[in-house]
Amino acid sequence: MDFLNALVALANFVLIPATAYGAQLALGALGVTLIYGILRFSNFAHGDTMAFGAMITILVTWAMQANGISAGPLPTALLALPVGIVATAALLLGTDRAIYAFYREQRAKPVVLVIVSMGVMFMMNGLVRFVIGPDDQNFFDGERFIISARTFRNMTGLDEGLVIKSTQGITIVTAIIVVAVLFWFLNRTRTGKSMRAYSDNEDLALLSGINPERVVAITWIIVAALATVAGVLYGLDKSFKPFTYFQLLLPIFASAIVGGLGNPLGAIVGGFVIAFSEVTVTYAWKKVLIYLAPEQWEPDGLVQLLSTDYKFAVSFVILVIVLLFRPTGIFAGRVG
Amino acid sequence: MSRPIKNTLLFAAVLGLILSSGFYRSWNVSLGILNMGLISAIMAMGVNMQWGYAGLFNIGVMGFVALGGLAAVLVAMPPVPEAFAAGGWQAIGALILGALIIAAAVYLWKHMARGMARALAMVALLVIGFFVYRGVFDPAVAAIEAVNPAGTGYLGGLGLPVLIAWPVGGLLAAGAAWLVAKTALGLRSDYLAIATLGIAEIIIAVMKNEEWLSRGVKNVNGIPRPVPYEIDLQNDPGFVARMTDWGFDPVSASSIVVKLGYAALFLTVLLIVLWLAEKALNSPWGRMMRAIRDNEVAAEAMGKDVTARHLQIFVLGSAVCGLAGAMMITLDGLLTPGTYQPLRFTFLIWVMVIVGGSGNNFGAVLGGFLIWYLWVEVEPLGRLLMDLITAGMADDYWLKLHLLESVAHMRLLTMGLIMVLVLRFSPRGLIPER
Repeated sequence: MDFLNALVALANFVLIPATAYGAQLALGALGVTLIYGILRFSNFAHGDTMAFGAMITILVTWAMQANGISAGPLPTALLALPVGIVATAALLLGTDRAIYAFYREQRAKPVVLVIVSMGVMFMMNGLVRFVIGPDDQNFFDGERFIISARTFRNMTGLDEGLVIKSTQGITIVTAIIVVAVLFWFLNRTRTGKSMRAYSDNEDLALLSGINPERVVAITWIIVAALATVAGVLYGLDKSFKPFTYFQLLLPIFASAIVGGLGNPLGAIVGGFVIAFSEVTVTYAWKKVLIYLAPEQWEPDGLVQLLSTDYKFAVSFVILVIVLLFRPTGIFAGRVG
Repeated sequence: MSRPIKNTLLFAAVLGLILSSGFYRSWNVSLGILNMGLISAIMAMGVNMQWGYAGLFNIGVMGFVALGGLAAVLVAMPPVPEAFAAGGWQAIGALILGALIIAAAVYLWKHMARGMARALAMVALLVIGFFVYRGVFDPAVAAIEAVNPAGTGYLGGLGLPVLIAWPVGGLLAAGAAWLVAKTALGLRSDYLAIATLGIAEIIIAVMKNEEWLSRGVKNVNGIPRPVPYEIDLQNDPGFVARMTDWGFDPVSASSIVVKLGYAALFLTVLLIVLWLAEKALNSPWGRMMRAIRDNEVAAEAMGKDVTARHLQIFVLGSAVCGLAGAMMITLDGLLTPGTYQPLRFTFLIWVMVIVGGSGNNFGAVLGGFLIWYLWVEVEPLGRLLMDLITAGMADDYWLKLHLLESVAHMRLLTMGLIMVLVLRFSPRGLIPER
């Protein structure tokens, strides 16, 4: 019984939240890794792109709520999501036309594009704060829990109640759908194949008649979709605050690099590696241990390895370890 | 127009802008911009050493600046003997123990044969070491933080003159930079960037959480000053008499005199750093650095130790940032770890370097002054613009309220726009590298 209780506590505070967070990071890291694979630079504006997509979705959600449109038990934000994706795609394509295209024509060094993306990051950050302000925004509605603690306790008779928030369920389901569609697109469709060919060998792809501008445009559209979905899911699950999205840049890049920059599968694995380590190291293990350890061993403290404010340190340490021992990431990413 | 004349004109124009704010706002504001401009110029020089001379992509400037600020507290604040007696030596001992455990792990890794045994031994050493370290460290911290938590609750500093904190800030930042460089240099440029971004966040997290060291979010105020206090000047009959003689109001004159005192100190540091940087850039060492930046493979083939040179310049540049960070906290008189934000302390410095002209020390200095002036002045200008746009709207119209409320966020947008425009139309900056 105690063992089951410990298991439920573990699922409650570590497994489920880490899976949801991992899915959010994986979606973000997929966007970073796609841009790296096709456009060949690290896009520092990605966190703020996520914030922009989430912001548009929130504004549309509010409009829908005001007009009485809702998705029943599901959050209204899911209905507003397509609008957010279209707006973000328009923004990214516009940025590409106005800013990045020039450097592509010049065949500028990747690091120049990274610096340019810093400027874009500033502008997007300013834009988001200008429109929606720097504060927390709440846009969640619908059913709160899939399983609440009380239902679970009544069902099973255990002391520890299992809680699955609906945002966690939605995050995981949406992430699985999005990733499945993305991999189907990349592996099965003509356009997806041309993207992978372009990523593997630009010159060869050009010789085979692949239109680079089309590949780039489609990449931006896919990245817009990924970023908006990731941003909205994160905002639903935690909360929307422009600055938090900027700070997500570090774990997202850590995920992409740990998995191997330029490798979509790696980005997903990397996202979960980072999320699970972050949650495990900053979780107060006392709740699980009190069920397992004999009474006299009961820990005094919270048995928390590091305070939650050090979660960046976790991403960082994993990043450094992977870079030291396997510089191309877990799955061989692109080097050079 | 020849280059020296053009550059002189540029500097004159930017200084003119800063001084002009003295006429349309107040001399206090103008001198405030000048002082932070001087500090920003030094930070920009630090980043310029790393990026402009050597092509190293450091976006962890904030961390090194914050370490400099920590140095100001550790050097200049009066010590708290009770806290030291309660757990100071134990805490310091625990830190040394932690360092020894890491050193032992590194030693183990280098001296054991490859294989599973080595990996397991190292992991076991680190895990056991971590718990032993926490076992010694945690009680010490609790004891220190229990000593008068509202007033002190930390170890305090050494009680030395604050000017000593400036070079110490540089040393502290240099030490951290050495550790980062040892692990992350030699990696690809974007990996180094992410690594530095991470280390900066960690440094801030440490300063926010380790209350025994920096009082965390409780802040440290009343850091001693290198210049007299306004109130002492106002109570000094000699000063009051002299200012009244010259026809100034003693109260406002006192704050201007204090700001001028800071400006003189900062200008001295700026000129020393600039002189050293120029000497270094135009020496064989500086030429070697640029050669490495432009073609690492060729430089390596000529027998240059690229990694060692990168390490050197990374540490030097970070030290300059730390120095500026200590100066900034001295100017503010208080350390608030919660206010360190990457956009302000890392990316804004990058805008300064890019706009000023990377690779050129004078460019970095000019960029520091110009961008700081704009950072301060964009807000009132934006308010003016918004007032103009919304002039025709009703006073309670939501768009008008929203636009007026959001003026504060115009500066990020403007900075991004300036950076993108400069990169597009004048990628070498205002004063390009020679």
